Amino acid sequence: MNGSNNSMCVKAGGLEEKNILHIQDVYKIYGNKVVLDNVDLSVARGEFCTVVGPSGCGKSTLLRLILGQERPTKGGLFIDGCPAESAGRDRGIVYQKYSLFPHLTVLENVLLGKKLCAGIVERFRKHKTFEEEAMHFLEKVQLREHYKKYPHELSGGMQQRVAIAQAVIMNPSILLMDEPFGALDPGTRESMQVFILEIWEKTKMTIFFVTHDLEEACYLGTRIVALSQFYSDGRKNNGNKGAKIVADYPLPRKATSTMVKAQASFGELIQKIRQEGFDPKHLQHVTEFNLKHDDSFQTLTPEEAQR
Amino acid sequence: MGLNWFLLALPFIILTAAYLFASHMRLADNPDDKLLPPVSKMVQAIKQYAWTGDRTNGEQLMVQDTLSSLRRLVIGVGSAAIFGLLAGLNIGLFPGFKALGNSFVKFLSIIPPLAILPILFIVFGVGEVGKVMLIFLGTVFLIARDITLTVESFPREQTIKALTLGASGTQTAYQIILPQVMPRLINTVRLSLGPAWLFLIASEAIASTDGLGYRIFLVRRYLSMDLIIPLVFWITFLGFSMDLLLRKFAERKYPWYVKSGG
Repeated sequence: MNGSNNSMCVKAGGLEEKNILHIQDVYKIYGNKVVLDNVDLSVARGEFCTVVGPSGCGKSTLLRLILGQERPTKGGLFIDGCPAESAGRDRGIVYQKYSLFPHLTVLENVLLGKKLCAGIVERFRKHKTFEEEAMHFLEKVQLREHYKKYPHELSGGMQQRVAIAQAVIMNPSILLMDEPFGALDPGTRESMQVFILEIWEKTKMTIFFVTHDLEEACYLGTRIVALSQFYSDGRKNNGNKGAKIVADYPLPRKATSTMVKAQASFGELIQKIRQEGFDPKHLQHVTEFNLKHDDSFQTLTPEEAQR
Repeated sequence: MGLNWFLLALPFIILTAAYLFASHMRLADNPDDKLLPPVSKMVQAIKQYAWTGDRTNGEQLMVQDTLSSLRRLVIGVGSAAIFGLLAGLNIGLFPGFKALGNSFVKFLSIIPPLAILPILFIVFGVGEVGKVMLIFLGTVFLIARDITLTVESFPREQTIKALTLGASGTQTAYQIILPQVMPRLINTVRLSLGPAWLFLIASEAIASTDGLGYRIFLVRRYLSMDLIIPLVFWITFLGFSMDLLLRKFAERKYPWYVKSGG
């Protein structure tokens, strides 16, 4: 366990310097099970990138690699041009649960990052400033009056709003979200989706949002990436291959109204991605993926590209 | 509600009634019987023990014995709690410490503390240190093991989350994890008090000049059941009070603990 990332790393130049998140030729292999199989992804600053895929396809593994919780077996991951090593404050994270510390009140949870990063003297001197900033963020997430409560006293949606405030106050380069609304009931879920869009529009933060809910991904993102193990390629050993990015679309940034979910084109896109990413019988060849987004790229080995 | 209280009291009532009956029967047979003394005799004995001073220096024996015993207990269990907490936290959290300490603590925790009592008396003498060491060694490994398991059961997300908020490894251990372990530590200490009393009384019985354990084993020579029985109740009461006090403290200080399923 190491502290924050060293910002003085040697930058490699190229796309990995231009974009906030850059992943190239990444493999993750547990024992002899390939989970991520030559994944390439580059995410621009300010993008709201959603990641979907069938369960067990390695979405969470990819997130752990970006977090620096685990290292890729092969390949490179760069945050802001620097190799993503151990977790640090340049990457914020909101989990489905366990984001909040149960022994701290709402205010203390939001304050925590500020306090941890400050020296002992600064912690006392700037106590008021920190507290005002934290209260400001609590106001943003409409929880100002609940600042004294403990997480267990809040509803699921409120807990996730505190978790978002707790991460956003640190102003991370990229905010990672691991199925943050997965445990919420449908109504709360929809209002949280609108809420995170508002936060994103205000802060212009880069968000990397993992979900298994296609509708949620299409509604929220400015870009949707499908990670899936259902594809075909030229390699002989077909039994043991991991997930690749099989589809990558830019999404029109529309109004935050949830009405778009009822539009026909919205439904068509969902159907298309469902077929490309989630259908075990629909196997596209690696050379035929719909990688429509400007930032998407693909590095295939000659063997993979064979027909 | 009323039924609950009745059921709660029932075993106590039966036990008391059985004692009084048996005592009455034996005393009817032989008025000088020492085995099951009547309540009046016990009251008299405890009065004398509590209020009449020591023949030599005039100190009140009961107060003195109680304070001596409690001091040994608190120092022994207290230092075991602090040491067990630090050891358990580091072993549970840092792979290096785990490799270094986990098997060793497991090994040490199996040694029966009473078996090494002679060693303790030889090394630390028959004074206070030997007795406190016995209590310490008798409880510290259990506490350390329990804290290790508690720390290991925390979701990995918590440490990662702390790191993304800018915490260092040490800060994570002592500012994030440690406060969350505290209520668990108190519960473990509560459970350790049982063995701690056992070790206290055993060491006082073998080599001491005061303390509740010493007193019980001293008056045993005169078959003074009239003092032994009240002393057992007194020790039970002390143990019960300490347990209650710790429980109430934890409930007040850590209101989030029970509710968040800790």
